Amino acid sequence: MAKNSTEHNSSDAIALPKPGNPLTWLFHPFGAHAVRVNGNLGAIAIFFLRAFIQIFHPKQFSAIVQQIYFIGAKSAQIVMLVGFFTGMVLGLQLYHVLVKFGSVGVLGTAVALSLIREMGPVLTAIMITARAGSAMTAEIGIQRISEQVDALSTMRVDPVGFLISPRIAAAIVSFPILTTFFDLIGILGGWVSGCLLLGVNSGAYYYRVVSATEMSDITGGLIKSLVFGLLVVTICCFQGFYTHMRTDSYGARSVSLSTTSAVVLSCVMILISDYVVTTFIL
Amino acid sequence: MEKQPIIEFRGVTKRFDVRTILDKVDFQIYEGEVTTLIGLSGTGKSVTLKHIIGLLKPDEGQILYRGKPIDQMSKKEWNDYIGQISYMFQNNALFDSLTIIENVSLPLRQTTKMKKKEITEKALAAIEQTELTEVFDKYPSELSGGMQKRAALARALVTDPSIVLFDEPTTGQDPIRKNAILGMVAEYQNRFGFTALLISHEIPDVYFISNRILALYGKKIVFQGTPDEFEEFEHPFREEILTSLESLQEDITGLYSKRHFKVRYQTDLSKRQPDAMYAVATFAVDDLDTIIEHSGHDAAQEIIRALGSYINKHFGAVGGFSSRQTINEYATVLPYSDLDEAERIMADFKRDFREHGLPDLKSLQKGEKPDADHFEFSILAGLAQGKPQIEIESVMEFARFNQTPIARFQSKRGGKSQ
Repeated sequence: MAKNSTEHNSSDAIALPKPGNPLTWLFHPFGAHAVRVNGNLGAIAIFFLRAFIQIFHPKQFSAIVQQIYFIGAKSAQIVMLVGFFTGMVLGLQLYHVLVKFGSVGVLGTAVALSLIREMGPVLTAIMITARAGSAMTAEIGIQRISEQVDALSTMRVDPVGFLISPRIAAAIVSFPILTTFFDLIGILGGWVSGCLLLGVNSGAYYYRVVSATEMSDITGGLIKSLVFGLLVVTICCFQGFYTHMRTDSYGARSVSLSTTSAVVLSCVMILISDYVVTTFIL
Repeated sequence: MEKQPIIEFRGVTKRFDVRTILDKVDFQIYEGEVTTLIGLSGTGKSVTLKHIIGLLKPDEGQILYRGKPIDQMSKKEWNDYIGQISYMFQNNALFDSLTIIENVSLPLRQTTKMKKKEITEKALAAIEQTELTEVFDKYPSELSGGMQKRAALARALVTDPSIVLFDEPTTGQDPIRKNAILGMVAEYQNRFGFTALLISHEIPDVYFISNRILALYGKKIVFQGTPDEFEEFEHPFREEILTSLESLQEDITGLYSKRHFKVRYQTDLSKRQPDAMYAVATFAVDDLDTIIEHSGHDAAQEIIRALGSYINKHFGAVGGFSSRQTINEYATVLPYSDLDEAERIMADFKRDFREHGLPDLKSLQKGEKPDADHFEFSILAGLAQGKPQIEIESVMEFARFNQTPIARFQSKRGGKSQ
């Protein structure tokens, strides 16, 4: 029954045997935690699949555009600002390192590859998590605790399709584009600090940027941004959507804690998945 | 042939962790009826409603729709079932980032293939019916609690559901609005014939619109039957909830509840000689539908309330006691007056009521027609004489039979002013 029903029973309520001897007593918390984590991972995977499938519903188009505006367009300024200063810092730091080896000519290569391969995707994802991810968790969390999500179910509207799918779609579109902006502006920032302020030759800088950057670097960076985007949006939406199932708090406080968890977990997952994806790409 | 319930609870038990909220609950909801679920706060009324819409699942027992357990429905059957139901949440559950018209049209936009123009027209019609036309483009947070409630009502009704679940639709409303919302529920139920299940604390007002009452007490349904049967219901539940709520109602309106009215009648008249006389007057607002049509539910309720207040003031001063009997009818007992004296008191009442009863509205003289942009309505009154051994209902029936117009008023179409 209740195909659209909301799960009101806590996922923590997994029946585990009571500790019977000291060894069990020692390992019981770890086992319980492992079971809970496993359950949550499964729940997140199903949650993502349910949302992803419904992206292709014809009624989603305007909602997706709205979310692209929110996640993408409204994050563009802050992402570009951070990208510019990140590029400047890279230019500055790398100049002082490279000058010791008499290799300032490769400043463009160092800045571009650092940004395109690593810093662009990671910092863009972290910036979007801070700006849009936290807002998503809070918004969906408030909708959950004020029964707006339940109201959707009673109207035969799948809340996952209505609330989550447009955000996942928007992340797929926005994260790579914003990462590209970050990379370009970052390279520009590196030029400002390296060439304009420290006197590196502009022609050499841009020649090194173009000659050292291969297509695989760009696609690798974009794949990372796509993975980070899906992770960030899924984690943030999941935390908001199931905020009512927290056992450590209720109401507004549960939304606040869910938002914190979403941001922390997203940032950690960005860094962990960065390593994993890099391993596959290289 | 026995009536088949449209929804039936069979031995439904619901627990949250170790706390049992519903314990083997059994009840039936019948098609085309208004059923009201009453009970103390926190006893599981909303939980009961949420089981019907599938937001909660029972731990034990079954919920049946037209005899079929809802947990055994196929996906299509479930979608068909849920598509017939609208749910009005206790806290409205309006989308705070959408305007009122977007909120009302949301279920149509998401679940139908109607064109945008049709959806807008239908949503605007629902908004107009709930008297929210002026605020259709505002956000819920910009509206008062009462307006938000009406917006939720509009959203619940816009899909033309055949079953509507109202979770305390009158909470947070002033007395006029409470009755206006109950009147609205009754009117829509009459007009569209849907089945309504209502949670309400508005006792006794809710009796006027309910076909059946369910009483939830001690995790079980302890009563199900008609409002009249409920009047005779003897149970600790009554002591805990009804007495307090009814007394509160009396404090607010000054009128007796139907039950207290009967108790007072029996107390006063049981001590009298069998041949002692008393008089009963009944009052009604004629053309209530016309008032609702031209001025809305709020205006209609204000008129009904003003009439009740005036009756109580006037007849209370001469030893009478009054009660609201139906949505637009009051009854007054004059325990120590015979018919002649009652007629004199009534004549005074008529005169006073025409002059001061509804101060915002102009009283029409005999033969006078209402102004062009106005409509007229009448207040009816009738008297009958009774004896202590006669049932009050019979005497009231006579009084109803004797009703004639005692005052005519004109009201402006679309507003309260003259």
